[in-house]
Amino acid sequence: MSDQFEPRLIGFLCRWCSYNGADLAGTSRMKYPPNMVPIKTNCSGRIDPVHVLKAFQEGADGVLIAGCHPGDCHYINGNYRTAGRYPLMEKMLEQMGLEHGRVRLEWVSAAEGEKFQRVVTEFTAEIRALGPLGWGKQFHDESADLAVDEAAKEAVPA
Amino acid sequence: MSADKFKFAMYWAGSCGGCEIALLEIKEKIVEVDANYEVVFWPAATDFKYKDLEGYDDGYIDVCLFNGCIRNSENEHIAKVLRDKSKVLVAFGACAVMGGIPGLANVADAAEIKKLVYIDQPSIDNPDGTYPQEHFTVPEGELELPHMYDTVKTLDQTVDVDYYVPGCAPEAHQIAAVLDVVTAALKGEGPLPPKGATVGVNPKTCCDECERVKEEKKVHEFKRIWEFLPDAEKCLLEQGLVCMGPATHAGCGARCTSVGMPCRGCYGAPDGVIDQGAKMLSTVASIVDAPTPEEIAEIAATVPDPVGTFYRFGLPSSLLRRAKV
Repeated sequence: MSDQFEPRLIGFLCRWCSYNGADLAGTSRMKYPPNMVPIKTNCSGRIDPVHVLKAFQEGADGVLIAGCHPGDCHYINGNYRTAGRYPLMEKMLEQMGLEHGRVRLEWVSAAEGEKFQRVVTEFTAEIRALGPLGWGKQFHDESADLAVDEAAKEAVPA
Repeated sequence: MSADKFKFAMYWAGSCGGCEIALLEIKEKIVEVDANYEVVFWPAATDFKYKDLEGYDDGYIDVCLFNGCIRNSENEHIAKVLRDKSKVLVAFGACAVMGGIPGLANVADAAEIKKLVYIDQPSIDNPDGTYPQEHFTVPEGELELPHMYDTVKTLDQTVDVDYYVPGCAPEAHQIAAVLDVVTAALKGEGPLPPKGATVGVNPKTCCDECERVKEEKKVHEFKRIWEFLPDAEKCLLEQGLVCMGPATHAGCGARCTSVGMPCRGCYGAPDGVIDQGAKMLSTVASIVDAPTPEEIAEIAATVPDPVGTFYRFGLPSSLLRRAKV
């Protein structure tokens, strides 16, 4: 066992293309890191920014959104919605101090097992390099910290 | 001073004071409030000290309207005292309910904010790099300032809250309606709403109250309000203004949009929505009309300041967090 940081990743995969791409990677015995938990969604356009934020809050270090290539969407233009949300979400997360690349958008078709393998491998390596996110830890009780500080001050004579 | 009157308190924590003014917006109804209530603590209007408040028995105050967010140790202390002393504690106004405008400071921590204000501002002349001190000794004794926290919190992230009245500031007719319900309940003439309810709102969203003509939403370009004169009849969102109407609780009567200002979302998320800003981001990106994903992405990315636009009043209560603590 090495003590390198193992990121926790969530992958939202559309059921028509990317999830099948992941399946193909699996049935073709392609190897990729086991860090990503895949979640099947009907369409990448179903991925609300709430899902991404919630994933981060529950401890994810990175989120992958994968859908059909433009023009291939089973629902005609669901992935166009995703294409619009992604840059706004990136911009918003950047404002909150997140590193670029914590959320990744990829188009993976049902025939692209190899691309799926490459994307997950790359993404895992990138997030490993970025380190843990630590999101959600900040809602600790600051007044408790304050009490500890005061106690420490009193313990040390000035 | 009469013993048979109900006890009323109002307090401002991290806020601008607009909610205090809003209470007076109920106009002649304030006479009715005076007939039913005795003010026992209201720093903005009457001369009570913290030690008066701390001397009351627990549950002495019948209704407390608490406005403002929890920004520092003083806000938190008084919130906790008022919780103990009040039978009904109401988070009053956007700051107490969702964090409000001061909550936007959550993009940075206290050290960053102080550095910006006391060192980095071009208009600041502070060659010694002096910061305000929390403790300072003068011949008369020690002076103390409250400790500023890193993170702005809402009232219910600090103490248990009975009711929520959103709005920046809450609309007068909604305040009057809420006071009527509470007064009737105290007199035993009617029930109180279920605990934890958002009161002083209407069902559905702001769009439902907005009288502008709404058609299919297809936006080719996002604009800001100073860039053009919007059409007086058409939906503002359809004209390319980021109007928070679709992701905002109804209750205000769509006052902003009726005079050509896009909704900024002060009434908070509608029922069933856990994150107002994320929903609005979704909406805005979905109405962009362009032939290719690249162009859609390009147009969507032109929305300036997504955090400040989508979470103008609700950053502390949202799912968004600062990445670095």
